[in-house]
Amino acid sequence: MLIFEHAKQGRVNYAQSPRADGDLTDIPDRFLRKSVPTLPEVSELQAVRHYTRLSQKNFSIDTQFYPLGSCTMKYNPRACNTLSMLPGFLQRHPASPENLSQGFMACMFELQEMLKDVTGMQGVSLAPMAGAQGEFAGVAMIRAYHEARSDNARNEILVPDAAHGTNPATATMCGYKVREIPTDAEGDVDLQALRDAVGPHTAGIMLTNPSTLGVFERRIKEIARIVHEAGGLLYYDGANLNAILGKVKPGDMGFDVIHMNLHKTFSTPHGGGGPGAGPVGVSERLMPYLPVPMVAQSDGDEFYWLTEKERPQTMGPLSAFAGNAGVLLRAYVYARLLGKEGMQRVAEYATLNANYLMTRLTEAGFDLAFPTRRATHEFIVTLKRQEQEVNATAMDFAKRLLDFGYHAPTTYFPLLVPECLLIEPTETEAKEELDGFVEAMARIDAEARENVELLKSAPHTLPVRRLDDVKAARELDLKWTPDRT
Amino acid sequence: MSEVPDDLHYTKSHEWVRKQDDGSLTVGISAHAQDLLGDLVFVEVPEEGARFGSGDDCAVVESVKAASDVYCPVTGEVVAVNEQLADTPETVNQDPYGDGWIFKVKPDDEAAFGDLLTASAYAEMIAEDSH
Repeated sequence: MLIFEHAKQGRVNYAQSPRADGDLTDIPDRFLRKSVPTLPEVSELQAVRHYTRLSQKNFSIDTQFYPLGSCTMKYNPRACNTLSMLPGFLQRHPASPENLSQGFMACMFELQEMLKDVTGMQGVSLAPMAGAQGEFAGVAMIRAYHEARSDNARNEILVPDAAHGTNPATATMCGYKVREIPTDAEGDVDLQALRDAVGPHTAGIMLTNPSTLGVFERRIKEIARIVHEAGGLLYYDGANLNAILGKVKPGDMGFDVIHMNLHKTFSTPHGGGGPGAGPVGVSERLMPYLPVPMVAQSDGDEFYWLTEKERPQTMGPLSAFAGNAGVLLRAYVYARLLGKEGMQRVAEYATLNANYLMTRLTEAGFDLAFPTRRATHEFIVTLKRQEQEVNATAMDFAKRLLDFGYHAPTTYFPLLVPECLLIEPTETEAKEELDGFVEAMARIDAEARENVELLKSAPHTLPVRRLDDVKAARELDLKWTPDRT
Repeated sequence: MSEVPDDLHYTKSHEWVRKQDDGSLTVGISAHAQDLLGDLVFVEVPEEGARFGSGDDCAVVESVKAASDVYCPVTGEVVAVNEQLADTPETVNQDPYGDGWIFKVKPDDEAAFGDLLTASAYAEMIAEDSH
């Protein structure tokens, strides 16, 4: 039910409070609106109940296990939230002069340094406002690099077929043609296809390592050599950084540019469309092009902004100010809470949890997409056999999981694997939670064989049943107007 | 097993291709492809008059599961597109080899049609895929 449907004409926030029409005589006529705005006329209590009920209908990490592969839905420590909202941070105006912003700028400088260290890159800019903007900045810098060298024949970006859809979209946005590189049967990039594809047209390759298939790219050094020898650069999509945090550095693998999704790996809130933060890190050769502003430290330990004045070759700013300050502060607190050692433990426990869950699900009779490979921080179960034998699809399992109180894993991605569930438990789940998930999956598998209709008509226990997603997409209707009810 | 009409040629990327009397080629996606994608909710057709190389992506089919590129099977010029699909993408599911056609292309080299997969080669390919 929409909040508008609770409304009654003339209802105000608190019925017993005295009412007086405001005196509007001092406002010129031409500034007065002619019609009443279409706001929901509800009482304060109705509004509170409406939104509290909505929040109770929601699946969230605060209430449920949320193994949504490729999304790293881990727990965000409350401390990050609390400390980033200290009055000194909250009330600092983004246009405040440097001498009144030294505390905030010190945090941003340290975050830049910590991200540099943990990724092995030479420079980091916190400017990008989200992962997609980080990707855009990364590929725009690759373009700037080739253009500065008048290497203008390079018009192609290589993207493995396992990539996130954002990679080809980013390359296209930056004016490149996208060439797809196939994956071999064990989930690695097909090296022969890569050798055949590179050449004087290659601007670079965009890679996620570990890949979206939940496996480490084992021949990354060879890939880096092939692409670099052809004159291209390597882009690291930081989507899966959680699996290697503090253990392996993308800089050591040979990457020239990386974007990090702080809203995944560094535990800032995500889902629901942001705000995010997608800092970029670069190797020596892309340093001049980093987006501004960045924070630098003078000899006298003063922090100051680096802008287009100090960095004339920069690709420029990406927003009116300096990134999403509140999100960056949360990431800063998270990084300081963990320290270097803690970051390593993130990767260790993220992969341990994934491998434990993978092993237990295999023992429960599920098929893996890449049975010969060790899991990274996530892995893929394929339900192709269940689909063929009893017509139970990945979507049916996903919907039935909701009845057991689990957010569904990612379904039908990556596209290469039929009837797949991409499962990412993250490092913040306890063993009991993982065991509960295995039991639920095993029970659903048994149900599929006894009475597949139970799955087909799931979910049964939620406020809404199976939605008609085809009709929703074909007859998109997002607008509500009072006239139509 | 999805229907694979004998009188058409096919591509590895699941397009079907029909040779018209005037030498142009009608292109759509196979019954197998629309089955993998599920119910389509959006089809983006190429522009008439646009030129594409063989293997270039030139149209998009989108279902609730995934968005997928449609590739031009030969090098040539787009001479007609199926405008109906903007309003009724489900036609591709209902009649993939008929009213669900996506575009027509005039090949630079008429012999290119012969290089495409035959119906039996395509049927063999999708049978292997579904092991």
